[in-house]
Amino acid sequence: MDDPTTMTPALEAVGLGRRYRGGWALRGCDFTVPTGRICGVVGPNGAGKSTLLALAARQLTPTEGELRVFGEAAGSPGQRARVAYVAQDKPLYPGLTVTETLRMGRELNPGWDQEAAQRVVDQGELRPKARIGSLSGGQRTRVSLALALGKVPDLLLLDEPMADLDPLARHQLMGTLMSAAAERGTTIVVSSHILPELDGVIDHVLLVQRGGIRLAGDLDEVLDGHRLLTGPAEDAELPADLVVERRVGGRQATALVRTAEPLEGRWEPDGRWESERPSLEELLLGYLRAPADPRPGTTPADDHHTDHEAAA
Amino acid sequence: MIEYRIERRSGVSTYQQIVQQTKQALRLGLLQPGDKLPTAREVVELTAINPNTVLKAYRELEREGLVEPRPGLGTFVRRSLARPEAAADGPLRADLVGWVDRAREAGLEREDISALMASVLEQRFDTGVSPATPN
Repeated sequence: MDDPTTMTPALEAVGLGRRYRGGWALRGCDFTVPTGRICGVVGPNGAGKSTLLALAARQLTPTEGELRVFGEAAGSPGQRARVAYVAQDKPLYPGLTVTETLRMGRELNPGWDQEAAQRVVDQGELRPKARIGSLSGGQRTRVSLALALGKVPDLLLLDEPMADLDPLARHQLMGTLMSAAAERGTTIVVSSHILPELDGVIDHVLLVQRGGIRLAGDLDEVLDGHRLLTGPAEDAELPADLVVERRVGGRQATALVRTAEPLEGRWEPDGRWESERPSLEELLLGYLRAPADPRPGTTPADDHHTDHEAAA
Repeated sequence: MIEYRIERRSGVSTYQQIVQQTKQALRLGLLQPGDKLPTAREVVELTAINPNTVLKAYRELEREGLVEPRPGLGTFVRRSLARPEAAADGPLRADLVGWVDRAREAGLEREDISALMASVLEQRFDTGVSPATPN
């Protein structure tokens, strides 16, 4: 694989913000997704995940800051050919048949791979002459993914792609996506709130919360930078600025702690404490459950949640 | 060709599972020197895991001298871990089959047998007891 440091990142956000009539959906976002990664965009409903993907797909323009896609700050015809986007509502022409939809894909896309698209449709046993309007939600998802993969993109943006699929179809399609990534080094950015679906799949993570980026980076580095501690509740005097989330059940306390800065000298867990590397799900749930935003440097006094603050 | 089975909730990392299953196949002689491992693309198509995980596991096996990549061709087994003494038609296996059958006749369940086996293994290996030599 090429040295990622010398390659233009697939996505690079600088001070990215987007405002709708109702307020800021995203603000003050800075992050990078290196090329060739499989990046999970996670966070609660309404956090700004879909806005982020639509900005990357150039379906929306930023209100402030910018989002570079393969180094370009704005959409261009060249870039449009390299990026495929499957939106949550999966817009397709209901009057066309499955075959006609794929033919349209072929005519619109110079690098079209009919075999790749056909395979996705065949795997779902879709009738070629079935009209899109007569298909179930899961079947329409399949056609949308077939169109996206047939385009042979360098960047594939998927907004909650698996939500209406049964477990078998989910596994098949995730396998197909991973195989495209293995074969062509496709960068995949996929949003989901079904966390187990992403376990073992993603190697990069963007945690979006209240319109801001709460956590971003290489998944292994992020996991290595945290510990899940379990120990006696009466002895849980952990440095507050490093604790992401802490729960007490009976006599036992569990805490998700940032260890990027070492705990040594500040707090020593004794033999009664167990310390382990969190799983992806434990890490994300810890952050999602945490009511406040205990970033280093913030004091409880300025922990009021304005959009501004969450996005800083 | 080996087919990996990935258990997502096992607590063992995905890449470790691939390393362990490959070694297990090498021990049982299901993979032999010269055999080709599946490509990353083939593995991820079936298991829906991240392709970088497969490559990481193969690099680990390579570091241990068990497999080697041949550019443009794939990854091939260099060395077997099979022991002739443990072969399917060997006397040690036959002894063990006989013992397991006796344990079942005595009413032990699968879990009882594997707990007993684990406990004896621990006792014989971890306490420094060396095998008794016949005299």
